[in-house]
Amino acid sequence: MHNFDFAKPSTIADAAKALAADGAQALSGGQTLIPTMKQRLAQPTVLVSLTGIKEMQGVCMGDGGLHVGAATPHAVVAKEARAHYPALADLAGGIGDPAVRSRGTIGGSIANNDPAACYPSAVLASGATVVTNKRKIAADDYFQGLFTTALEDGEFVTSVIFPIPQKAAYVKFNQPASRFALTGVFVAKFASGVRVAVTGAGNDGVFRWAEAERALSADFSASALSGLSVDPAGMISDLHGSAAYRANLVKVLTGRAVTAAG
Amino acid sequence: MPKDTGIGASMKRREDVRFLTGRGVYTDDLALHGQTYAVFVRSTVAHGRIKSIDTSKAAAMPGVLAVFTGEDFKDVGGNPAGWLINSRDGTPMREPKRPVLAHGKVRHVGDAYAAVVAETYAQAKDAAEQLAADSVIEELPAIIDMKAAVADPSNRVHDEIPDNLCFDWGWIEDNRAAVDAAMKAAPHVVTLELVNNRLVPNAMEPRASIGEYNPGTGDYKLTTTSQNPHLTRLLVAAFVLGIPENKLTVVAPDVGGGFGSKIYHYGEEALVLAAAKKLARPVRWTAERSESFLTDAHGRDHVTKIELGCTKDGQILAIRTETLANVGAYLSNFSTATPTFLHGTLMAGPYKVPHVYVNVKTVFTNTAPVDAYRGAGRPEATFSLERVIDKMCRELNLDPFEVRRKNLLTPDQFPYTTPVGLVYDTGNYHATLDKAMQIADVAGFEKRAAESKKRGKLRGMGLSTWIEACGIAPSHLVGVLGSRVGLYDAATVRVNATGNISVMTGAHSHGQGHETVFAQIVAEKLGIPESSVEIVHGDTSKIPFGMGSYGSRSLAVCGTAMAKAVDKIIAKGKKIAAHMLEASEGDITFENGKFQVAGTDKAKTFGEIAFSAYVPHNYPLETLEPGLEETAFYDPANFTYPAGAYICEVEVDPDTGKVDVVAFHCADDFGNVMNPMVVEGQVHGGVGQGIGQALCEFTAYDENGQLLTGSYMDYPMPRAEDVPFYNVDYSCQTPCTHNPLGVKGCGEAGAIGSPPAVVNAVIDALHRGGHTHVTHIDMPVSPSRVWSAING
Repeated sequence: MHNFDFAKPSTIADAAKALAADGAQALSGGQTLIPTMKQRLAQPTVLVSLTGIKEMQGVCMGDGGLHVGAATPHAVVAKEARAHYPALADLAGGIGDPAVRSRGTIGGSIANNDPAACYPSAVLASGATVVTNKRKIAADDYFQGLFTTALEDGEFVTSVIFPIPQKAAYVKFNQPASRFALTGVFVAKFASGVRVAVTGAGNDGVFRWAEAERALSADFSASALSGLSVDPAGMISDLHGSAAYRANLVKVLTGRAVTAAG
Repeated sequence: MPKDTGIGASMKRREDVRFLTGRGVYTDDLALHGQTYAVFVRSTVAHGRIKSIDTSKAAAMPGVLAVFTGEDFKDVGGNPAGWLINSRDGTPMREPKRPVLAHGKVRHVGDAYAAVVAETYAQAKDAAEQLAADSVIEELPAIIDMKAAVADPSNRVHDEIPDNLCFDWGWIEDNRAAVDAAMKAAPHVVTLELVNNRLVPNAMEPRASIGEYNPGTGDYKLTTTSQNPHLTRLLVAAFVLGIPENKLTVVAPDVGGGFGSKIYHYGEEALVLAAAKKLARPVRWTAERSESFLTDAHGRDHVTKIELGCTKDGQILAIRTETLANVGAYLSNFSTATPTFLHGTLMAGPYKVPHVYVNVKTVFTNTAPVDAYRGAGRPEATFSLERVIDKMCRELNLDPFEVRRKNLLTPDQFPYTTPVGLVYDTGNYHATLDKAMQIADVAGFEKRAAESKKRGKLRGMGLSTWIEACGIAPSHLVGVLGSRVGLYDAATVRVNATGNISVMTGAHSHGQGHETVFAQIVAEKLGIPESSVEIVHGDTSKIPFGMGSYGSRSLAVCGTAMAKAVDKIIAKGKKIAAHMLEASEGDITFENGKFQVAGTDKAKTFGEIAFSAYVPHNYPLETLEPGLEETAFYDPANFTYPAGAYICEVEVDPDTGKVDVVAFHCADDFGNVMNPMVVEGQVHGGVGQGIGQALCEFTAYDENGQLLTGSYMDYPMPRAEDVPFYNVDYSCQTPCTHNPLGVKGCGEAGAIGSPPAVVNAVIDALHRGGHTHVTHIDMPVSPSRVWSAING
C-alpha cells in the first residue's frame, strides 16, 4: 500500500469539500478499495471516510419507504430492516461473512457497482431512489454498466430509499470461490406490478428481466415462468460458469425467488 | 472403558493451548534486532528472456541495503531433485538447474529474478517496484498445455531440453508386452480419460524465512516454514550455497500447515541467508498470499488414460495407464518421485490384478513447479483406478460392492507381492468394506434416495476402496528406486536428573499433534505421566537428525525411532537398577514405571533410577556410564499399507448442478491407533481436502500462463458448509507387521480415498436421475460442470 492522507468528516458538506481535493477518494466500508490499495492497484492521495457522518447511518421508515443511510453496514441492515423489509434484510445478511458485513456498506456497494454484488439487485428490483449529496436518482437511471453508475465527480451516495413491496425475495447462487453472486435474483411484487432484477449474470451488470416481470405481473407463481427462456447472449462467461449456465440460473433462481416470496 | 491416558487414549492436544490462545510462535512472529526486509521481484510473464536489469535506481532508493539478481547466484549450486528417474530407454531424466534467482530466462509467472533488501518492508516494496520497471524481459510464447508442450519441440521451457520431457517412465517396463497381451485377450476393456486437477496447497501460514549470520563465528541460522529442517539444511548448505552443515542451524518453529508444500527447499531461503551474510544483519521475508499462489509447489495435475481389462462378471485382468504429469517450470525436490514411485506402484490398488503397466511422461511447462501434496501420487492412482472400476460396473451392469468383493485381496494372501513392485504386509480389505457398508447403512439407501427425490434432488452413492503406501520409506528400497537420500529417521530420549524427559524427534509437527501423541507413547512405555514428557522438534541444533514429516511417516518411522530409543533407556535403566539393587541385570524387570528384582519386592522407581544416573556417587564406572540419554535411528523394512473403504452420498440439484455431500463414511485400517481423536481429526482434514479437490478446487492458467485462480476470489476452497459430519471408523485393525508399534499412518488417507468416492456418487446420482449419457465428469465436479454434463 502506498502512503495517503486520511480525512474523516462529520457532515455531508464537509465530506463534499474534502472530496474536491486532487486525488481524493471516498472510503466507506473499504471492502473493495482497501484490498485494491494493498495490491497497489489504486493509490489515492487522500482517503475521505464517510463512516463518521451521522446522517448517513441507520435504517428508518420515512417518506417513500425505508431509508437506509449509505454508510450503514450490512449487518445493521440485516438486523434493522427485518421488521420493515425482510427480503432486503435477508440479502444484507447473506453478503460475505460476518467481518465483511460489519464493515461493508450499502453505499459502498452500489457506488462500486460490482457486477456480482448483491445490493444492486435489491435497489433495482425495489425501484429504489438513490439519494446523493447533490440529487435524487431513480434506480433505473443509476446503474449504467460494469462498475459504472450515474454518480458524477465529487458526488456520493448518502442514502437509499426503498419502497416496500407486497412480497419480495432474493435468491443467490454463490460463486464457489468468492461467494459473490454467480447469479442472484431479486423479485419484488408491488401493487403496480412485479420487478425482477438480476445480478452476477449480465455483461453490463445488474439488469431487469422484462419478460419475467410481465409474466409474473399477470400470475405471480413460479409456473408463470415455464415458457420463458433467457438469452445467453449478454451473459457473463467465466471460470465458474458459462453464459448458458448463467442464463439457466437466471430462470431457475427467479422461480425460486417467486416461491420464496410466497 | 476407553483409556484416558497413554497409548490409545483420546487425549486433548497440548499444542492447542498455545494455538487457540494466540501464543504459537511462527516465523513471522519473530522480531530480531537490526532486522531487514527482503522483497522479491517476480516475473509477470510466464516465459521470457531477461535482456537487462538496471539495478542502479532501485539501489539508490531510501533504505535500500542490497539488490540481488540471478547474476549474483550464477556460480552457486542449484536446488536439486531428490529422485533420479530413468526413462524407459534407460536414459536418465533431464534435470535443468533450478537457480536461487532466475538467470537468463524466467519460466513462470512468479519466478523470482531479483530481490531487494531494505530497512523497511515498504522501502523494499517500493524499490522492487522500481526494479521491475527497470527490467527488460522479452516475452516468449508460453508453454502451458502438456500435450502441446510435448508436440512442439521448437518452443522450450529449458533451451537444452528439446521436447519439454523430463522423462518417459515405464513401470514395470519388462512387463509391458505381457500386459498388452492380457489387455488384448480380455473379454471386456473399459477406457477412461481423466484429469487429476492441479491444486494450490493453501497452507494457512504462508511461507516465511529469516536468515541470520554472525561474522564473529561464521555461523548461519535459517528460521523457516519447513516440514523437514534437516533436509532443508542439507539442500541449502551442501547443494546450493556451499555452507558446511555444522555452520548452519535450521529452525522450523510453529508452522501453520504444509500439506507437502513446505517439504521442499525454496530459493527464498537461500536468498535470505546470502543476504544476511552480505549485510551481517538478519534478513526476513514473508510471502504475501499472492506469492503463495504463484510460487508454492502445486499438487496433482495429471492427464491420464486408463484402460481396464476384465471378464464380463467383473474380474479384473489387466490395468494399463498412460499419464502426462506436469512438473511445472523446474524440478521441485520430490517432483520426480511423486508421479512415479508414489503413483505407479499403487496402480494395483488393494486388488489381485495379475497384469499392471504404468507409463508416465513428465512434462515441463511455464507454470509453478508441481510436487507432492497430501497423498502425493497415491490420490492420482486411486482416483484413476476407482473411477475406471466404477465405469466398468456401469458398462457391465454390475454391483460396485460385489465387484470390489470379488477383486479385493483376502487376508490369507499376505504378504502379497503386487505386479508393480510392492509387498503388502497385511490387511483385511473385506473387513473394512463390510464395516463401511454397515456404518453407511447401504441397505437403507433406496429409502433415502426416494426421500431426496421428493425434494427434487438426485441422490447417489459412491464407493472407493483404497490403499496407500506410506511410512516413507525403507532406504534400501527407495535407493533402488532412485532416491538420492535415505528415508530413515532418528530420535533422542533425554531423561533429566529429576526424571522428566525431553524427546528430540526428527518428525516435524505442523498441525498433526505429535507433541501430544508422541508423549503418550513415551509415557506409556515408561509408566510415567504424559506431563513429564516434552517433545522437541524442528531445530537442527537440538535434534539428532530427521527427514521430517510427509508421506504419513511421522509415527511409523520417527515414532518407531523414538520407541527404540525408549527401549534403550529401559535397558540402561535395568543396568542402573541392577547396580542399585545389587542384583544381576538379567533379573531386573521393568513394569509400570518400576525396576524390580524378579520375584522380590526390591524395586526402584523410574525417578530414582534417573536421579541416580546423574548423581552416580558409587557407580562402577568401568561398566556403568552415568547419564540417561539414548538415540536411535530407525530405517523401516517396508512401507506401511493403510487401506480402507469410503462411501459417499451426495444430493445433486439437477436445476443448478450443485452437489451436496450429505454423508461421508470412512472405514479405515490404520493398524494400531495411538490417539483416536487425533486420528479422526486427520481423517476429517484429509477427507475435507479430498472433497475440496472433488467439488471445488482447480488451478487455471490462461494460454499466456497467467494464473487465473490466483486469489480466493477465484480459487474455490472448501468451506464448512461444503462438507458433512463425517462418520469415521478405525476399528478394523491389522497391525503393521514390521514396526513395533504396529502403526501404519493416517495423515493422507482421507485425501487419497475420498475424491473418487465423491465423483462416483455424483455419476450414480445422475444415472439414477436418468442422465445415463454422463459417464465421467472431471474434477472439480462444480455446479456448472454438472449442469453442463446433464444438458450436454
